[in-house]
Amino acid sequence: MSNATRTTPAGPASPGPLNAGQGIAGRSRAGKRRIRTGHERTNWAATVILIVCTLGVLVPLYVTVSMAFKTTGQAVDGNAFSLPSPLSLESFGQAWTLTNFPRGFAISVFVSATAVVGEIVVSALAAYAIVRNWDRRLFRWSFFYLLAAMFIPFPVVALPQIQLTGLVGLDNPLGVAILHIVFALAFNTMLFTAFLRSIPLELEESMRMDGAGTWQVFWRLIFPLLGPMSATVGIFAFIASWNDFMMPSLIISDPEMQTIPVLQKIFQTQFSNSYNVAFASYLMAMAPAIVVYLFTQRWVMSGLTQGAVK
Amino acid sequence: MSSVTKNSARAAVTPAAAPKVKRARKSRVDPLYYFFLFPSLVIFTLAVTLPAILGFVYSFTNSVGFGKFEFIGIRNFIAVFRDEGILGAYGFTLAFSLLTVIVVNVLAFLLALGLTSRVRFRTALRTVFVIPMVISGIVIAFVFQYLFSNSLPLMGKSLGIEPLATSILANPDLAWLGIVFVTAWQSIPSAMLIYIAGLLTVPPEVYEASSLDGASPWHNLRHITLPLVAGYAVINTVLGFKNYLNAYDIIVGLTDGGPGVSTRSVAMAIFRGFEGGDYAYQMANAVIFFLISITIALIQLRFTRGKGGIA
Repeated sequence: MSNATRTTPAGPASPGPLNAGQGIAGRSRAGKRRIRTGHERTNWAATVILIVCTLGVLVPLYVTVSMAFKTTGQAVDGNAFSLPSPLSLESFGQAWTLTNFPRGFAISVFVSATAVVGEIVVSALAAYAIVRNWDRRLFRWSFFYLLAAMFIPFPVVALPQIQLTGLVGLDNPLGVAILHIVFALAFNTMLFTAFLRSIPLELEESMRMDGAGTWQVFWRLIFPLLGPMSATVGIFAFIASWNDFMMPSLIISDPEMQTIPVLQKIFQTQFSNSYNVAFASYLMAMAPAIVVYLFTQRWVMSGLTQGAVK
Repeated sequence: MSSVTKNSARAAVTPAAAPKVKRARKSRVDPLYYFFLFPSLVIFTLAVTLPAILGFVYSFTNSVGFGKFEFIGIRNFIAVFRDEGILGAYGFTLAFSLLTVIVVNVLAFLLALGLTSRVRFRTALRTVFVIPMVISGIVIAFVFQYLFSNSLPLMGKSLGIEPLATSILANPDLAWLGIVFVTAWQSIPSAMLIYIAGLLTVPPEVYEASSLDGASPWHNLRHITLPLVAGYAVINTVLGFKNYLNAYDIIVGLTDGGPGVSTRSVAMAIFRGFEGGDYAYQMANAVIFFLISITIALIQLRFTRGKGGIA
């Protein structure tokens, strides 16, 4: 068991456990000795049960979409499951202006983009320095120092953090992005170090032989090789920072500078009867993450398992 | 394209190459490596270590977050232990975490079993089941809040089911159910993916061998599958507890800690430290919370050591 687990981090060099498994599509779990012939019997009972289970995911999403397209009159009757008739787009317009969507969107994009780029670059650099100097105490201990952060929950340091960010003028989206980078640093550095250990030193040495310095070696050779892991880190950085509510709601002091998820709160206090407008706004808040996920799901799935199975 | 590079890179690692790597290491460190590492160390220290130390120091004072303060020893800690509101938050958070961990693991494991068996539309099903993971907690909580407080009572009334006729979120004894439900809804995907990864590491030959010995599917599950995924259950439990103990978004979106304070989590109690002016007091609470989180994590790892998984 522990053996099987330990092979997984080495997995980065292969497409990851999930995709590796997908290759063996017709694996016989019932255990009949049978060579993969391509026409194994489908387990229809399980298929039907799973399809029914997807309703648990799809119904709330359907409700969100259908409510968003209703008129205010139709939305207040409380029946979330009815189809919108007539189909109306007015709620999107109202949500657009009520939440000042373009501004919130721009701020969310800024926070996410900074977090994504920052997390990839900062942790890749740190991981590279650590892996190549592992026999030196300073670098080794730095790694454990960063790792310790995984045990510190945000609420524990939140209050002094709010105070400090206010003090240095970072009680704004930039401050939130920086905090995202810092809190993900431990995990990301861990992912990158595991990946870097699978890259042989020979590649690097031949490049150094040709006169390249550490700087060139990192940017021209190592960083491109880290591509798949950077994709994983970047996607999770995006999802986490785009969806985060806790940090921006506490750190950003100016309500005008709030991110999209926090802006949704206005529908709970004011405008409590314009459900269609609220749902249009929810839809606009969740859509970017879902779209990004649908385009990058291959990395999401393999990345998650690689990351967690240490 | 990159996968080609990777594979060739991997092929170059041979046992014979390993000793050479060691000898080739330079004795002097390129100063650039410090430049690579130090930004991380500096922002980490400023943003995590310094606040942690400050918080610890403040927990022994009577500070309200600004202005003058003085040291008052462990009075805050004593007060926290006598504060029924905070004890209630701990009780709720621990019970909620425990229940959610169980619900999530059972359902995620069953889904993973289904998705690794010979089902049709496997990729499409997997894609759908992962969606909840990428949706903002607060936004999905708002969606469910509407369903719980409007649509469900409406259905309950029309079907004549009495307990459903009123919003469960307005009932102090039942509101936690909604929170467990939505939290599970959002965190099942990640646990499920980890279980799928675990199930795929079981070599099919094991099942072939056991079926030759005449084992039933139940025996296979009990004696092969479950022991082999135990390590993955540990990972899911540790990660799950870590997240649920910090529960905030979904609770804010569903009940905002109510009705009354029946669903207030520890994180919410701590964050009130600024609004209520009891900054140092809540820092003492945070220190206690930190010790409890660490203890739970260590206990989990201790009990599960040797079963594979982490460590």
